[in-house]
Amino acid sequence: MTTQTNSDILALTLAEGRRRLLDGELTSVTLTRTFLDRIAATDEQVHAFVTVTADSALAQAAEADALLARGDATAPLTGLPIGLKDVLMTRGVRTTAGSRMLDNLIPPYDATVVAKLREAGAISLGKTNMDEFAMGSSTEHSAWFPTANPWDLDRVPGGSSGGSAAAVAAQQCIATLGSDTGGSIRQPASFCGVVGLKPTYGRVSRYGLIAFASSLDQIGPFTRTVEDAALLLQAIAGPDPLDSTCYDAPVPDFSAQLDRGLEGLRVAAPREFFTDGMDDDVAETIEAALELLAANGAVIDRTPSMPSVPMALPVYYVLAPSECSANLARFDGVKYGYGARGGESMWADMEATRQHGFGREVKRRVLLGAYTLSAGYYDAYYLQAQKVRTLIRREFDRVFAEHDVIVAPTAPTVAFRQGEITDPYQMYLNDIYTIPANIAGLPAISVPGGFGADGMPVGLQFVGQRLDESTLLRAANAYERLAAWTTIPTRRAANIID
Amino acid sequence: MPDPDSSPDRAQFTSGQVRHLASLVRIELTDTEVEEFRSELASILSHINALSEIETAGVPPTNNGADLLNVQDDDASRPPLPREQILANAPQREDEYFRVHAVLDQS
Repeated sequence: MTTQTNSDILALTLAEGRRRLLDGELTSVTLTRTFLDRIAATDEQVHAFVTVTADSALAQAAEADALLARGDATAPLTGLPIGLKDVLMTRGVRTTAGSRMLDNLIPPYDATVVAKLREAGAISLGKTNMDEFAMGSSTEHSAWFPTANPWDLDRVPGGSSGGSAAAVAAQQCIATLGSDTGGSIRQPASFCGVVGLKPTYGRVSRYGLIAFASSLDQIGPFTRTVEDAALLLQAIAGPDPLDSTCYDAPVPDFSAQLDRGLEGLRVAAPREFFTDGMDDDVAETIEAALELLAANGAVIDRTPSMPSVPMALPVYYVLAPSECSANLARFDGVKYGYGARGGESMWADMEATRQHGFGREVKRRVLLGAYTLSAGYYDAYYLQAQKVRTLIRREFDRVFAEHDVIVAPTAPTVAFRQGEITDPYQMYLNDIYTIPANIAGLPAISVPGGFGADGMPVGLQFVGQRLDESTLLRAANAYERLAAWTTIPTRRAANIID
Repeated sequence: MPDPDSSPDRAQFTSGQVRHLASLVRIELTDTEVEEFRSELASILSHINALSEIETAGVPPTNNGADLLNVQDDDASRPPLPREQILANAPQREDEYFRVHAVLDQS
């Protein structure tokens, strides 16, 4: 058995961890304990986890070791520790969605992705922090505590899946799941220097994902490498009888095309994704990434124009609040979660429940959604936004008729400081480059693309065709190999909190 | 980053409108919240209003994230979730019921 230091283990990928477990160089109990110790040592600073399930993780690890010892570890993620965003229902494990409304919810069932990861042999270390009901871009809107960016503890990790991104960057687990409605996987991946993948809408079941905006929400992985993102997507993708919005499409081997390289890849860089809303340090980093792609066989086309793309943000801020206003009607203080009592009527109890159970960001969006859906405004806002959504989808279709992937920045800035952005619309502008993929239902990935101001990570985004995650992952993997950020970013971040 | 207040026509929003919306979605608000939301909603709406300038005559709405229509489930029963685990999450229960304030006036 080779000598493995803690820092070797903490920097492992799913692929390398799998190899070492199969080769008997490492046990799942050692692996799991190393990450649990890491969480114990660093989470007072990072605050990535809301709930840590140490006992059940170690019990699962012992079972995994028994399978490995017998040579029965056929499940692809056997014994590998991961984290789950606290918006995913976990049977018997407290699930809060970052809200006081669900302070004490113990779900009676697993989300489909959670059940699939269990079948794939993965071990859950716990539930990661998030903006309340996934509404936010900084993880400052969690009802429990803000999560810090492991690269600079005074800065935000992005959001809403900030805990999931920070946990991978701080080496508290190998990979995590998050959810992405307008950029909630890709923007925190960019801010924390990790890989974040939003699959095609309908590629992954949403059953057991606490709903924010149902026509936009999608679950996806945070990992250290693109190869790991393909492995984790493989484990969670596919149709589900419990989610009728899931495509009944064959699930390809997402790793099969990873190493095909960039030669001949037709890459579009539409003008509307390279606007003056971007900070200079981000723009320079992204330009360098484009040059690297072009110098290694990709054909970069900067001529496409997508004139409706700037409308994606206003479309989102009609559709998402409208859908959330309807989805969050279920929190009435009767069946589960927080319920105020002692008012003079049922309605008084319900109104008090929602006053104290929801935070400000959630209340504002529910109110906005009620407005855009109300009689007299429905056609001007909701219906008009749905029509512009069609225009945006058509523009993507036109670009993809002649290109394989789109390349763009993930976010217009590097991670900002906690408390720095107080205006809601200024906060929403974080997602200007990520929202278009949600509007069109397309797969998109953020990979570490270099470093901007103060050495903070900058994400490079690729957007792919519907259900063509394979080409998306191929492009991202090729870039990752060229740029060789694979191990540097998280090692650097991890050093900051050591 | 663009200035969030750069839009020329900030939408008007009254505190009465905010209170009406709050009553529709059954959220009680403090006076402070009403005032803050009035200003924030007006600001957000002034940006959203750019949508009205887009020509959409003859464009069908997209109301679904995927392109799926009329997905049907097998007409088969599934075991329900365990009753006790569901009731265990209730804010207030009585035997096998959710307990709430009387819905109808008892006088």
